[in-house]
Amino acid sequence: MPKINFTGYDTGGFFDEMISEQGDVRSHYARFKNRMQKMDWKKLNSLRFATDRAQLSMGMTFNVYNDNQGSERILPLDIIPRIISGADWEEMERGLRQRIVALNLFIDDLYHDQKILKDKVIPADLILSSATFLKECVGLNPPQKVWCHITGSDLIRGGDGKFYVLEDNLRCPSGVSYMLENREILKRTLPGIFEKLSVRPVSNYSHLLRDTLESLVPDREQPTIVVLTPGAYNSAYFEHAYLAQQMGAELVEGRDLVVQDDMVYMLTTKGLQRVDVIYRRVDDDYIDPLVFNKDSLLGTPGLFGAYLKGNVVLVNAPGTGVADDKAVYAYVPKIIKYYLGEDMLLPNVQTYICADPKECAHVIANIADLVVKQTDASGGYGMLIGPKSTKAEQEEFVRKIKANPRNYIAQPMISLSRVPTLVDEGIEGRHVDLRPYILYGKEIKIIPGALTRVALKKGSLVVNSSQGGGSKDTWVLNK
Amino acid sequence: MLNRVANTIYWMNRYIERAENYARFLDVNFNLALEMPPSVAEQWQPLIVATGDWQAYTDRYGGVEKNQVIYFLGFDPENPNSIFTCISNARENARSVRSEITKEVWEQINYLYYFVKKGNEKEKWKKKDPRKFFRKIKDGCQLLYGMYDATISRNEGWHFAKTGRLIERADKTSRILDVKYHFIVSSSQILGSPLDMVQWVALLKSVTAYDMYRKTNGKLTPMDIAAYLLLDPEFPRSMYKCLIQAERSLQSITGDVEHPATAELTRMRIAMEQTNVEDIFAGGLHEYIDQFQQDLNQASSLIFTSFGAVNTIIQETSSQNQ
Repeated sequence: MPKINFTGYDTGGFFDEMISEQGDVRSHYARFKNRMQKMDWKKLNSLRFATDRAQLSMGMTFNVYNDNQGSERILPLDIIPRIISGADWEEMERGLRQRIVALNLFIDDLYHDQKILKDKVIPADLILSSATFLKECVGLNPPQKVWCHITGSDLIRGGDGKFYVLEDNLRCPSGVSYMLENREILKRTLPGIFEKLSVRPVSNYSHLLRDTLESLVPDREQPTIVVLTPGAYNSAYFEHAYLAQQMGAELVEGRDLVVQDDMVYMLTTKGLQRVDVIYRRVDDDYIDPLVFNKDSLLGTPGLFGAYLKGNVVLVNAPGTGVADDKAVYAYVPKIIKYYLGEDMLLPNVQTYICADPKECAHVIANIADLVVKQTDASGGYGMLIGPKSTKAEQEEFVRKIKANPRNYIAQPMISLSRVPTLVDEGIEGRHVDLRPYILYGKEIKIIPGALTRVALKKGSLVVNSSQGGGSKDTWVLNK
Repeated sequence: MLNRVANTIYWMNRYIERAENYARFLDVNFNLALEMPPSVAEQWQPLIVATGDWQAYTDRYGGVEKNQVIYFLGFDPENPNSIFTCISNARENARSVRSEITKEVWEQINYLYYFVKKGNEKEKWKKKDPRKFFRKIKDGCQLLYGMYDATISRNEGWHFAKTGRLIERADKTSRILDVKYHFIVSSSQILGSPLDMVQWVALLKSVTAYDMYRKTNGKLTPMDIAAYLLLDPEFPRSMYKCLIQAERSLQSITGDVEHPATAELTRMRIAMEQTNVEDIFAGGLHEYIDQFQQDLNQASSLIFTSFGAVNTIIQETSSQNQ
């Protein structure tokens, strides 16, 4: 069986993370490439199929539809890791810290003095018109003054090789369990290469997560921490169960909780047990039918009241989503400048806000070249990818934008970087994004690792799992 | 422990136990059919009667035909008690209590699920000899019991699991005894004939009792066999032994608190201690077993009504097989 070689590897004119524009291997990939070339194809392919089996047996599956058992899928794991140099990582990490501190100050300001609105740095009606701005949270002081405890920002590397933030994901970012389990699988799959490369570990994430949650109730000894899930049919259920188990926390559903005298309890076989911290993986709208969505069966009546009284901590804090609005995203450079007096370290992707008449006109005129996004949607929904859309789709979006400009932004089509990926044809470059995870409690912790999503289909830029996306283990090197 | 979680663990274990029993019933019956002379019809009907699914079967299918029965009891996703349904339900339940069980237990349940799913896809019931498939199910379930035993702390969850498993086991032993006993006795032409013997051995093997029975009793007599499956204080699948163990597990959960479910099991256990097989036959074996099953159902439903009822994702929805 022939050995692996990269002689036919084509960067296709994109920024390739392994091979430079000059055709040389980048230094942080050199050792990896050397080791790979000593392996034969047969071995690599057998490893590839073993990972699918490992994922199935671990139950790393998600439901595509709600009830049909046949629709259970795994997120395909590509066994070729994505490697990030220590220096690149440090630079990115500094940018993420700056960003999360500023965004947290921003949220806190919005629910208190609204200085940033009074100083007209951001148009007030942009915020006050947003459904994600919760009036109920005005005046609230969450513990440690932290609103966004757990963040999973979406980053990309552009054609210039620089990292850009694409979305902040301040609400219920998912995927961290894939970061952790992918690493476990890769350590078994490529132990030799892993060992040689000096990869920074990620396995203490669940400990850090627990520490972060505990730091929010410093006065409680042995606090009761729970993970609130919508239930076993939620597509991220595997992760909810996984995190609860790894943290030694109770995994609860809304119906397992009751509120009495503004205290939250769980229904146990020994009676009621007080709950101190809820890491909720349920959106704001669904946590409490008394306050928000009246029809929600996922929530617990009275939960929000207990939170307002300070008797339970909700993570992330309700109302955090206001900073997750895609129109707000465009203002992040100004937000950082306003609160920290610093220039933004980790750049945004250029964004046109349709609420601004001038920018809106530009968007409509150039819709065929732009990516249009609905400001309050996520997960790849409510999007138009101009260059890949039909005339009719473009016209439909123009109508939508004109009807409600506040609801839309647009960005230029970005060319995502590529990394070597094992596909049926061999090893080829495929486009990727990057989702690192940030914990914000008493202090900020960023785990040196991430979920890398990869568009497995040739030429595709869509990394979403529903459209042929897969994942990769992300190796952050020590130096 | 959360009420919902306790309830889910209880049902998860009942489902596994049920699947294991069904797999064994099918395996043994298939063996038995091989030994029957061509003049004697294969006995698939008593099996469906024993599992309590006769009504559901006749509602959907006409006659009793071997492959049809094997499909119905082993693979039919629409039969709420088929092995496939039981394993799928157990897995769904396991998913929703994932943080209460170990990686070993979860992965084994998950493995079993993919195994039966594949069996369905490959239409194993059409195979000339599906016994290997059933044996693997059985082994898989028993491996799971071993993993449970070796990796799970003896906490509340453990005892809820054990209670579920034992109540299901007592129920299944009682059912197979009830149906098979009457069938063998009524169809017997010459008492003690070789054909009879084969059938009695099959009954014992249906609840893995053959070896241990031989050690205790030696000779195979209908009365001794019934006594063994009803009242033996040592055999782990006798109705009495299951009852004692279920009672103990429930007591470990409730402690000194007076609990109606424990009280019901205690009452049943004492009544069994005060009877003997002659008395049972005098009053009618079928009547006795029928009452036993009703009492067991009563105890089972008391466990959770009194701990505060929370609906789990998957628990028994029909009472037909309780």
